Amino acid sequence: MDDHRERRGLRESATFDRLTIHEIQRAADTGIYDIRGFGAKRKVPHFDDLLFLGASVSRYPLEGYREKCGTDVVLGDRFASKPLHLDIPVTIAGMSFGSLSANAKEALGRGASAVGTSTTTGDGGMTDEERGQSRTLVYQYLPSRYGMNPVHLRMADAIEVVLGQGAKPGGGGMLMGQKISDRVAHMRTLPKGIDQRSACRHPDWTGPDDLAIKIEELREITDWEKPVFIKIGASRPYYDVKLAVKAGADAVVLDGMQGGTAATQEVFIEHVGIPTLAAIPQAVQALQEMGMHRKVQLIVSGGIRNGADVAKAMALGADAVSIGTAALIALGCNHPRWEADYEKIGSAAGFYDDYHAGQDPAGISTQDPELSSRLDPELAGRRLANFLRVITLEAQTIARACGKSHLHNLEPEDLVAINMEAAAMARVPLAGTAWIPGQ
Amino acid sequence: MKSISLAEHSVREVNQLLHDQARELTEGQWRITEPDGRHALACGLDQELHVVIDGHAGYYCAGMNQKATVEVNGTVGVGVAENMMSGRVHVHGNASQSAGATAHGGLLVIDGNASARCGISMKGVDIVVGGNVGHMSAFMAQAGRLVVCGDAGGALGDSIYEARLYVRGSVESLGADCIEKEMREEHISELRALLAQAGMETNPAEFRRYGSARQLYNFQVDNADGG
Ligand SMILES: Cc1cc2nc3c(=O)[nH]c(=O)nc-3n(C[C@H](O)[C@H](O)[C@H](O)COP(=O)(O)O)c2cc1C
Repeated sequence: MDDHRERRGLRESATFDRLTIHEIQRAADTGIYDIRGFGAKRKVPHFDDLLFLGASVSRYPLEGYREKCGTDVVLGDRFASKPLHLDIPVTIAGMSFGSLSANAKEALGRGASAVGTSTTTGDGGMTDEERGQSRTLVYQYLPSRYGMNPVHLRMADAIEVVLGQGAKPGGGGMLMGQKISDRVAHMRTLPKGIDQRSACRHPDWTGPDDLAIKIEELREITDWEKPVFIKIGASRPYYDVKLAVKAGADAVVLDGMQGGTAATQEVFIEHVGIPTLAAIPQAVQALQEMGMHRKVQLIVSGGIRNGADVAKAMALGADAVSIGTAALIALGCNHPRWEADYEKIGSAAGFYDDYHAGQDPAGISTQDPELSSRLDPELAGRRLANFLRVITLEAQTIARACGKSHLHNLEPEDLVAINMEAAAMARVPLAGTAWIPGQ
Repeated sequence: MKSISLAEHSVREVNQLLHDQARELTEGQWRITEPDGRHALACGLDQELHVVIDGHAGYYCAGMNQKATVEVNGTVGVGVAENMMSGRVHVHGNASQSAGATAHGGLLVIDGNASARCGISMKGVDIVVGGNVGHMSAFMAQAGRLVVCGDAGGALGDSIYEARLYVRGSVESLGADCIEKEMREEHISELRALLAQAGMETNPAEFRRYGSARQLYNFQVDNADGG
């Protein structure tokens, strides 16, 4: 079809390509910006632009399956008396009940618990389903404070103070009316059916000095037991990480621009924030300069899809990673078995991103009882556990090839970049050279 | 009555003693002396205690309170009774910003003035302020009632949801989607009850009521294409 057009001399504009034209037409039709879920879809320098240098003569590899390659991680032992001990360094990111169905939340808890890792609540409070099925549950403390209460705070295993999200640093959450069911409305103390926009600023503190006092309060309320994480969207990670550490964080969660979201303006998703790859070295530098690398753990998210991504994030200095979109896909999001249903709502398996609309054929990003009953939490939890096992094995495979007996022993020295952008951002040499742009 | 001085004990020690009462109630009456503006005092209580703080408290005094009654004989810093669930917090003085922020229940009484953002994101609490409140009070207020016996600063009730606001004095300006509403008999009677609970001798008929115009509840979509 395209060839045919070209033969006829029709030339698509690089500036006004078909997607751009479609968006102008859509805006003119509706008078409202495009809102969607998923993460940034544009191409940015990413982990795919890095390669590992496997061992040979100058380095000594470990035997594939036989030799030990540790994967465990302790998060939050700076101040908390009960830090998290996880078996694998891949955690499940905070995704709200409201954006996700109760079954999906339960499935995330089941999958994470089966492999000894943590899951996280979200903007909307803690549900019994997820607490019940999550061995280790991190409780998000967000600007909206929807459903926030001290009972759940004490029931949590860690507290994550959310300052931002990679998909929308500087923006608050959204939940469209279709998804504000009776239960969601009740949990958030909101009228049913409204298009809810969460606050982007915390209501009772401004600036890093106040944040330190806020953290002190959270610790007092929970008797200094729980680790306190601070989650930031990647924009100025060098400064934000320093301030988070100064404010008393036990761990920093750094979410790059490719990070998923349940509902955000497309213009925000695609144009605000910096790529995960560019954010990690800045964060690590900040920690190192403070003498806090490995003392305040760095948890990286935003576009983590496989064991290579896990290994690369860790080699750049992360202590653990966190996944959102990949976890939903493992549960069954965008699965071809629902192809006909995706077509009906104008999408396709592999393209579906209308998490905000609440019509998810896979029963994950919906509050519709009929649709959410399509997701069997036990089965979906098993699928997630399988996926988490695979990516852990993949990361171990790479680490062993680099001669590392623990994923934490991976280091920047194990990496090269295949293009200049990635070399400059990740601060590793361009493959085949000793050149790190900017250094 | 047990009295503890913060000149001799740390905030951690004092809070731990109070928290221990949630497990087993051995002493219901507490007096905390020489607070000297310390933060996070008497926060996270979860028992029917009566705690009196003799002096000034810092940020987040009585934060996330459940069941307890906390009285402060002095001023309080930012976020007094923030996210309170139940119980009663009474400040016999002035309060800084974000008093009663996001609180879900209980009663917060401030005898003096409260600064900016009083009742921000409130989710069911009742707040009665004897004096004035600063700008952006009841910002995004979701539920509960805010009573101001004096004046309110600019942008009162900006982006408000279902909270009800009663102001006796002047309102510098109303925030987005906040409007004045009719003061009906049911409102006068709920206000009378609130004022009585707070111990304020003010005539409920002198107040005006404000709330949401509900114009921002849903996005406006045009569908110019006739869809
Ligand atoms: C459906 C969905 C809901 C989300 N909800 C929240 C939330 O409530 N709070 C939050 O901090 N981040 C939220 N996020 C962002 C994730 O916590 C995480 O930062 C992001 O998904 C990581 O990037 P990835 O999706 O590429 O793995 C959400 C993401 C998705 C996909």
